[in-house]
Amino acid sequence: MSLETKTFSVALIGNPNTGKSTLFNALTGLRQHTGNYPGVTVEMKKGECKLNEYLKLNLIDLPGTYSLAPRSLDEMVSVDVLLGRMKGESKPDLVISIVDAGNLDRHLYLTSQLMGLRIPIVLAVNMIDVANKQGITIDWKTLEQRLGIPVIPIQANKGKGLEELKATLAKVLMQEGSSPIHGPEFPEAVNQEVNRLREQLGNQVPEFLVQRLILDIDGHAQKHFSQDRPYLNDTLNQIRERLKSHGVAIPAIESKVRYGWIREQLKGVVSRPRETPVSFSQRLDQILIHKFFGTLIFLGLMFLVFWSIFSGAQYLMDPIKDAFTWLGEHVKGALPVGPFRSLIVDGVIGGVGSVLVFVPQIVILFGFIAILEDCGYMARAAFLMDKIMARCGLNGKSFIPLLSSAACAVPGILSTRTIENTRDRFATIVVAPLMSCSARLPLYFLMIYAFLYNPQKHSSWVPALYLFVMYCLGLLIAPLVALLLKRTFLRGETPAFVMELPTYKIPQIRVIVRRMFDSGWAFVRRAGTFILASMILVWATLYFPNTNLEGQSYETQIEEIEYRIREKKEAQGTGTEQGDSETDPEIKALEEQKNKLTEEWKGQSLLGRVGRSLEPVFAPLGWDWKLGMATLASFPAREVVVGTIGLIYGQGEVDPGELKDKPEEFELVKTLGEEVQADPLRGPYSTLVGLSMMVFFALCCQCVSTLAVIRRETNSWRWPIFTFVYMTTLAYLGALLVFQVGKLFF
Amino acid sequence: MTPLDSLKPQERGRIHSITGSPAVVQRLAELGLFEGEEIQFLGKAPLGDPLEIQVGTTTLSIRKKDAQGILVQTLTQE
Repeated sequence: MSLETKTFSVALIGNPNTGKSTLFNALTGLRQHTGNYPGVTVEMKKGECKLNEYLKLNLIDLPGTYSLAPRSLDEMVSVDVLLGRMKGESKPDLVISIVDAGNLDRHLYLTSQLMGLRIPIVLAVNMIDVANKQGITIDWKTLEQRLGIPVIPIQANKGKGLEELKATLAKVLMQEGSSPIHGPEFPEAVNQEVNRLREQLGNQVPEFLVQRLILDIDGHAQKHFSQDRPYLNDTLNQIRERLKSHGVAIPAIESKVRYGWIREQLKGVVSRPRETPVSFSQRLDQILIHKFFGTLIFLGLMFLVFWSIFSGAQYLMDPIKDAFTWLGEHVKGALPVGPFRSLIVDGVIGGVGSVLVFVPQIVILFGFIAILEDCGYMARAAFLMDKIMARCGLNGKSFIPLLSSAACAVPGILSTRTIENTRDRFATIVVAPLMSCSARLPLYFLMIYAFLYNPQKHSSWVPALYLFVMYCLGLLIAPLVALLLKRTFLRGETPAFVMELPTYKIPQIRVIVRRMFDSGWAFVRRAGTFILASMILVWATLYFPNTNLEGQSYETQIEEIEYRIREKKEAQGTGTEQGDSETDPEIKALEEQKNKLTEEWKGQSLLGRVGRSLEPVFAPLGWDWKLGMATLASFPAREVVVGTIGLIYGQGEVDPGELKDKPEEFELVKTLGEEVQADPLRGPYSTLVGLSMMVFFALCCQCVSTLAVIRRETNSWRWPIFTFVYMTTLAYLGALLVFQVGKLFF
Repeated sequence: MTPLDSLKPQERGRIHSITGSPAVVQRLAELGLFEGEEIQFLGKAPLGDPLEIQVGTTTLSIRKKDAQGILVQTLTQE
């Protein structure tokens, strides 16, 4: 490496759907990472790009935006980075402005704003192939002369023009003292006001932001700077009044000046066919947005997405689960009995397994989202659903996250990133866990078959009806909560929901694979640590104390019994195919003894003691301490509830998967049903016990993964805590209502 | 002069004025919707809202509420 290698920081900015990410990936390859900033939810990708032997770039990918007029803290981040006001980021030495060749006039709006920053700009004009196909021709040389900045035609997805772009970047960066850029000129009255206000503010505020203060009525700059300058709002109103009397209307002046300037520059430079034929996209839209066919195609696609997360992912999740079970068993065989072995097997391996098991669902969902987004359908889906979602105070883009959450809230919440409006996004995140996810199914099945459904008495569609009711519960309550939030904590002016419907194109496999990989990896890395920590915590509270009153270790005793069972089985020979434990009374007795011991151990563990002491809390819901404790134990991950009920009711470990396949034959269903019915207090109301459990699980946020992802996505502890508190309260009240009101009718 | 949402599908119009909150007007302008521009009304979503419109080479979705603030001069097709 030469000593003279120089590193420059370069920012990449452009409208949404310009192929900005494609260009970023093409320039940086795999050398990239994500940057976070405190207090904001946006992330920016950063990467390195080597231009030549002597030049290296630190490239920062700013979020797609139509303009540099910040309306929120999130939008302000880009402006702060560009102005060098962001802590930990050096001011960019150059900006790459990427624009769409087919929409040059509209995309140059952002470029014209960049011209006010006094940073060298290189214009990368992308998608020249699409524009050529539409019959658009561009006179590159004249365009470059008129704009006064280098203009490079590229085709980012095919890697065309990248070498020219890199060479130009190197040339501009090595230039001593770049020539000033002449962008659009505002009327003199505006410039005078900018200078006067700048002096008044003490010259600390950059000229660019002073201009934004005047141009953006109630914009973020105004909110930010008026915090410690209460007089500023009045001053700005006076300035705007004065400008109005000079015939300069705010905010109309900006678009007038900028578009006027852009048209001037493009006159004679861009030529397009006089009579634009009805484009392929428009013709496709006539079908895809059609009242009947459009709705049908939409429903079909959504069903496919839902099915693939709900059922399709199972084929990938089962091997992961099996692999971890296998690993656990082998490690168990290799280590001596004791807390360390249990920590490794039940805590760490079990914990990591419960995190990794989500990966297939996340990767599949993001694969679909990448395809739908890349081909342009995503915006149409939001278009079709906007009216319904607007009724709940959300917007069309909330639909896919909520649908995905009906399979699993974790990928659902991750997919809210497509929602630009922060308030809508947070409202969607907070209500997403109310959708009945697939992890709730085993409990629903257990409760329905144990308490609610009797094959001799009821028709076969009764279980499906109960399931349907449970799904509807979330579907009905989520919009109410969203509406309430939008009227209280997330109140604010609704920004215009204007959405670009990009032209349809064939999705690129590279982009899709990359999105799938990135999303899966990001989840494992970020949520993983947190989930693992909480899994270990639950393990510990269920493990300790691990000895009975006489000081004997439960684990050793269980180990001994297991050893004797194995011995007995081996003594009978391996010739018999079926598990003979049921026929052999000795083995049966041993198994019973083992289950009883497990029950005793879990009952006196820390969590078990808490469960018992909290019995008065669960009693109004119709639960005994066992159901209460199982519920408590499933707060980190609700899918453990059936397993825990199995442990506590002395049925040993049970596989929830089996329960789904043939619930009638499931031993736990019988035991649980019989035991609760024999209970003098609850027996008569066993139906209500089942219902109240189901309602509780439907409404409660028993999923650390979800909370960890909410923490990540909102970049604050406030929202996961809020979600947990409101959902637990709702769940308790719901279950209480079911049991207490239900009792009146029995 | 009629509000944008009263145009018929495929009908064209020239924007006469846009009223609404400053944030809305500014956002629309950034996307190319401002006085004097020609727009084409493409159609409505199956539920009647939002609307699909074309400005220049851009297709946009815009809510009825915001479209009502956009007054247009209908252009007769020749």
